[in-house]
Amino acid sequence: MRYVDEFRDPALARGLIREIGAIAARMERGRDRPFAIMEVCGGHTHAIFRYGLEDLLPDVIEFVHGPGCPVCVLPMGRVDDCVAIAERPEVIFATFGDAMRVPGSRKSLLAAKADGADVRMVYSPLDALALARRNPDREVVFFGLGFETTMPSTALTVLRAAREGVTNFSVFCNHITIIPTLRALLEKPDLGIDAFIGPGHVSMVIGMAPYRFIAEEFGKPMVVSGFEPIDLLQSLLMVLRQLEEGRAAIENQYARVVPDAGNPQAMGAVDEVYELRPTFEWRGLGSIAQSGVRLREPYAQFDAERRFAVPEVQVADPAACRCGEVLTGQMKPWACPMFGTACTPEAPLGALMVSSEGSCAAYYQYGGMRQPHLEGVA
Amino acid sequence: MNSLFLPPGRVARRALPKSVTLAHGGGGTAMRDLIDEIFVSAFSERPVALEDQARIDLAALAGQGDRLAFTTDGFVVDPLFFPGGDIGKLAVCGTINDLAVGGARPVALSCAAIIEEGLPVETLRAVAQSMAEAALAAGVPIVTGDTKVVARGACDKLFLTTTGVGVVRAGLEIGIGRARPGDVIVVNGQLGDHGAAILNARGDLALEAAIESDCAPLHDIIDALIAAAPGVRSMRDATRGGVAAVLNELAEASGVGVRVRETDTPVRADVQGFCEILGLDPLYLANEGKFVAVVPPEQAESALAALRGHPLGQGATAIGIVTDGRPGRVVMETRFGGERIVDMLVGDQLPRIC
Amino acid sequence: MCLGIPGCIVSIVDADAMLASVDVSGVRRTVDVVCVAEPGRSLDELVGAWVLVHVGFAMSLIDEEEAAATLKVLHEIGEAQSEIEAMRTGSVEPFHPSTTH
Repeated sequence: MRYVDEFRDPALARGLIREIGAIAARMERGRDRPFAIMEVCGGHTHAIFRYGLEDLLPDVIEFVHGPGCPVCVLPMGRVDDCVAIAERPEVIFATFGDAMRVPGSRKSLLAAKADGADVRMVYSPLDALALARRNPDREVVFFGLGFETTMPSTALTVLRAAREGVTNFSVFCNHITIIPTLRALLEKPDLGIDAFIGPGHVSMVIGMAPYRFIAEEFGKPMVVSGFEPIDLLQSLLMVLRQLEEGRAAIENQYARVVPDAGNPQAMGAVDEVYELRPTFEWRGLGSIAQSGVRLREPYAQFDAERRFAVPEVQVADPAACRCGEVLTGQMKPWACPMFGTACTPEAPLGALMVSSEGSCAAYYQYGGMRQPHLEGVA
Repeated sequence: MNSLFLPPGRVARRALPKSVTLAHGGGGTAMRDLIDEIFVSAFSERPVALEDQARIDLAALAGQGDRLAFTTDGFVVDPLFFPGGDIGKLAVCGTINDLAVGGARPVALSCAAIIEEGLPVETLRAVAQSMAEAALAAGVPIVTGDTKVVARGACDKLFLTTTGVGVVRAGLEIGIGRARPGDVIVVNGQLGDHGAAILNARGDLALEAAIESDCAPLHDIIDALIAAAPGVRSMRDATRGGVAAVLNELAEASGVGVRVRETDTPVRADVQGFCEILGLDPLYLANEGKFVAVVPPEQAESALAALRGHPLGQGATAIGIVTDGRPGRVVMETRFGGERIVDMLVGDQLPRIC
Repeated sequence: MCLGIPGCIVSIVDADAMLASVDVSGVRRTVDVVCVAEPGRSLDELVGAWVLVHVGFAMSLIDEEEAAATLKVLHEIGEAQSEIEAMRTGSVEPFHPSTTH
């Protein structure tokens, strides 16, 4: 596959790994803790485990798996709302596959489907709109989920529905924005993160400018990265070079896909359709101001929250969960007392065990081979 | 159980309606007509049985081996027809394969059909025809069967259950718990075709691909493998859960570690593309014409040569080895030399989109 | 977050609806190309272009020159490392994936 295979070439990894090793060896002296590099995006977390990258790196480099998994950070109350909508007899509830297993306080969408709700798995919001066209006597609700990458696709689908006059289509909007969350993370006084690997596909939409504050206000380096293993290794090298040179800049490793200015058409659709919510709740992180969006008034007829009364019950995260500490790099997944015992992918308790992109689930399933916790886990 | 087959000359006199109705399951003439018209005409080459059971000559069987193998499997695939096969072919091949991977030569099959009322008779006819063709091509007759018709909604169009008997060759000991460190793990070709073909054929994901199910009877290629590598220790067809599930079962049952190399797991380019789009791992996709075999190291080369010499094994590769690593653990060496654990999945693999 | 995959636009399905067919290793899907279409230009010019596809939308035109530049840097890192190794050991050491653990 073009633009994929080249960036999975082990021959290219050789030079990168040696160079990373050389920098790490120079910088290791006099350090009492590893360099903590947060990859913000769940897609990066997935790739790190899928390709076993941690095994290839010196011990002094540690990935901290960030909050960039929209499925994981969805609060239980929102899942309950979504199940409540899905269970209405007139509704066809269309969702991405990976959202189906996320547990609410009562049940997941998968369980709701088993109980008779008409839940359909789609690849694209366009497919949900097509369902609405094909089923004019039903209400088709699309589960809008994701960061800035996915936000435009839902917005453009709403605009398409408006243009075509489709009246039985709406969106249960849970789109969230990564920037306020990064700021909230950085403002934590005891944050143990040295640098960031930035989300490549969010950045192809929003561009590079929104990250400037990370370097300018907080003095942390960030490199926006692609998703193939060579991309990640190169980004890591770029981050380490900044750290070694004492610089903090926002750099772009993924220039083949991410233009500095982002995608103006996509951002135009986002601005047209959504407005910021005053606040939005994240599983494991709590409420973060201006971190979620909802549909603007002119598109109210496409807003499932306005169309159907949803319970809007707030459900607190289980008290024993330490997801927040894991998300901010203060605790490793396996150090959580719930990990692998009360909280497993089969019966996830915390956000990070929910999706395969969540760091706990990734550790549990793929297993960082050098982590001792696995000895106790079947 | 009803006999499927009537004596020669008893052919249906009344034309069948367009759709199957509950009357066809009622035990009266409507049912007889359906069975005559659909199944007898498809399977008419076989000797017919008037009885409620097929009878198989024991002496003839005993000459072929020292143990009877006996297996059953239900088939509920949606859609009924898909590129590369249909529920009928699947039901014949699936049960033949379950016998063959135990080292048994398949002797005969039964088939029970649960039909939802309203199923077009033409659909049933096409499925029966396909079963007959698959059974004929495999040289394994369907000797008895049963049909039931259930109310609309009580099943999804058509469910089939096939049961098979076979004879295990004398002296051959094949078992999932017999792998030993040092053994070589081979597969007979590219992985994930069936799972991708079915997901694609459902159409929900609106993808277009020319991916065909690999659905095929494996007894013949397994014969060739056993002849070339008589020390073969374990075999499993890699159906639900894919090769990943088989490797985990193997590691657990044999109390060994398993190590596979990513670069040696063969996947067709379009199946790989399909998986990339949906965030799926082909190692967990179902196959219906692929099996995993564990052979002692000294027989690995002849095993591979035998597989590659067969039409169903041209893409055969050694994907990994059995190790004395942690029992029950399957480790994949990624193309970078990194490692990851290949675990069993909790449930079905769902497209990973966001 | 945000699974995206490169694909090549092979045909325009419906110019008015801004839909095109994208090929990923022989698998095709109709995608929305609003975000990669240049206003005022014919969609036909997109045929042959490589785009990053996410949930049925082409979200970015892949920049061939940037990809080549990135790969060039990567090859240079590899070569520089090989030279250093060669100077240090007198030979170029092959890359061995780890086989222990």
